[in-house]
Amino acid sequence: MRSMIYADNAATTKMSETAVNTMISVIRENYGNASSLYSIGQQAKEILEEARRSVAETIGAEPSEILFTSGGSEADNQAILSAAELGRKNGKKHIVSTAFEHHAVLHTLEKLRREGFEITLLDVHENGIVRPEEAEKAIREDTCLVTVMYANNEIGTIQPVREIGEICRKRGVLFHTDAVQAVGHIPVNVKEDRIDLLSASAHKFHGPKGVGFLYARKGVRLTNLIEGGAQENGKRAGTENVPGIAAMAAALKEAAARMEQNRASLSEKRDRLIRGLKQIPHSALNGDAEHRLPGNVNFCFEGIEGESLLLLLDDKGIEASSGSACTSGSLDPSHVLLAIGRVHDVAHGSLRLSIGEETTNEEIDYIIRSVSEVTEYLRSFSPIWRDLESGKKPHIL
Amino acid sequence: MALYSEKVMDHFRNPRNVGVIEDADGIGEVGNAKCGDIMKMYLKIEDDIIQDVKFETFGCGSAIASSSMATELIKGKPVSEAMQLTNKAVAEALDGLPAYKMHCSVLAEEAIRSALEDYYRRNGLSLCKETT
Repeated sequence: MRSMIYADNAATTKMSETAVNTMISVIRENYGNASSLYSIGQQAKEILEEARRSVAETIGAEPSEILFTSGGSEADNQAILSAAELGRKNGKKHIVSTAFEHHAVLHTLEKLRREGFEITLLDVHENGIVRPEEAEKAIREDTCLVTVMYANNEIGTIQPVREIGEICRKRGVLFHTDAVQAVGHIPVNVKEDRIDLLSASAHKFHGPKGVGFLYARKGVRLTNLIEGGAQENGKRAGTENVPGIAAMAAALKEAAARMEQNRASLSEKRDRLIRGLKQIPHSALNGDAEHRLPGNVNFCFEGIEGESLLLLLDDKGIEASSGSACTSGSLDPSHVLLAIGRVHDVAHGSLRLSIGEETTNEEIDYIIRSVSEVTEYLRSFSPIWRDLESGKKPHIL
Repeated sequence: MALYSEKVMDHFRNPRNVGVIEDADGIGEVGNAKCGDIMKMYLKIEDDIIQDVKFETFGCGSAIASSSMATELIKGKPVSEAMQLTNKAVAEALDGLPAYKMHCSVLAEEAIRSALEDYYRRNGLSLCKETT
């Protein structure tokens, strides 16, 4: 039996050995409550603070600017609601964001809209990249926050975060970035990028699930999501997940150390995969080819539907994902693909392959062959494909 | 638990009656690409019996499996019986579908009915008489 090829690293990653060992060791040896005064409590506290220093250092922040959370979604919620609260106090109730943010951002913005905030969503254009000048134009006197993701989770496009950060700093508007897909994969420096608030999640960089962090620049007052204790400076109650946090810090340190090497080799493999999939007739890469996360490949194939493609790839041992409606349980395909202008028919036939450091060139070639075979097979009995091929309907891709 | 039953996966992996009938006596197409599902059914009918049926489907795993199962359920059956095919029968024959995938079985029922209606139309037959 063929071994599995895991190509869904944007969904989650396998924990690194270092992270697993750190986590197990802390669970076994350092079970004390970090708020307790006795020795094992204080040891846990030390581990917690060391993790905070380590995480802060990786992104160019101060330890006091790192707040541990349950993951990226919580960090997004807290960042946005905090900025909104500050805005509300100053009579500023306008927020600028983009149409292809993660739902942790979009749904939080929707909640604020119902509470009377006005939301401007920036166009992400065909290449899936926001234009800084359009961000600048969208900022008004009453804008309290600009929130633009660092890199998109579906199509991997990297946003001009530094330019947007500079604009926001100049205009005195808070800038949040959902950096869940970026941290640990590409260089992120909150000082150089002029970021006020940043969200990250451990399981995207080979750390454990259920843990992440929020960076909040010194002076940016955070609102509590969870009341009930003095943990995390009183900004997030609940006994700290010390094993998870320690493992996250270990994973991030490792990811940062290997970043340059990984980026180079991963980008090469990514481009090999893109070149191969482009050979499939009537297919198209989604998102900019250059300003793109090193492991992300996302394609649309005309005449087929994504879920059946995924199931057949799974039969061939390839684990991937799709933006088709059927994989989400809704009737609409991915909001990201619609935001870059893909029509519904085409967006249903999407495939995201997010490869990792362990993916080999042989596996890349096997993926290319498999996707090609499955696409051809599904097209062989697709009524849409028949109409396209007979000229009854024009090809879009 | 897996997303789909073994039966759904079997009909998805090895769909029965896939293809086209060039000289079909009835053709029905339902669904739309916008929603991500299109089913097209072709019927060959002789002496009021469905002698052959083929399908083409653009859609998810359960849409392909539902089409396949629906063709099996009506093949060799009298037209009047095929007209009674329900989405529930299709879903049950597949050992169930996830709740949000039930519309796939509805689409299969509609595709069969649409092809039968086409057959009636072509032959100037009244629909009501047959179905009551």
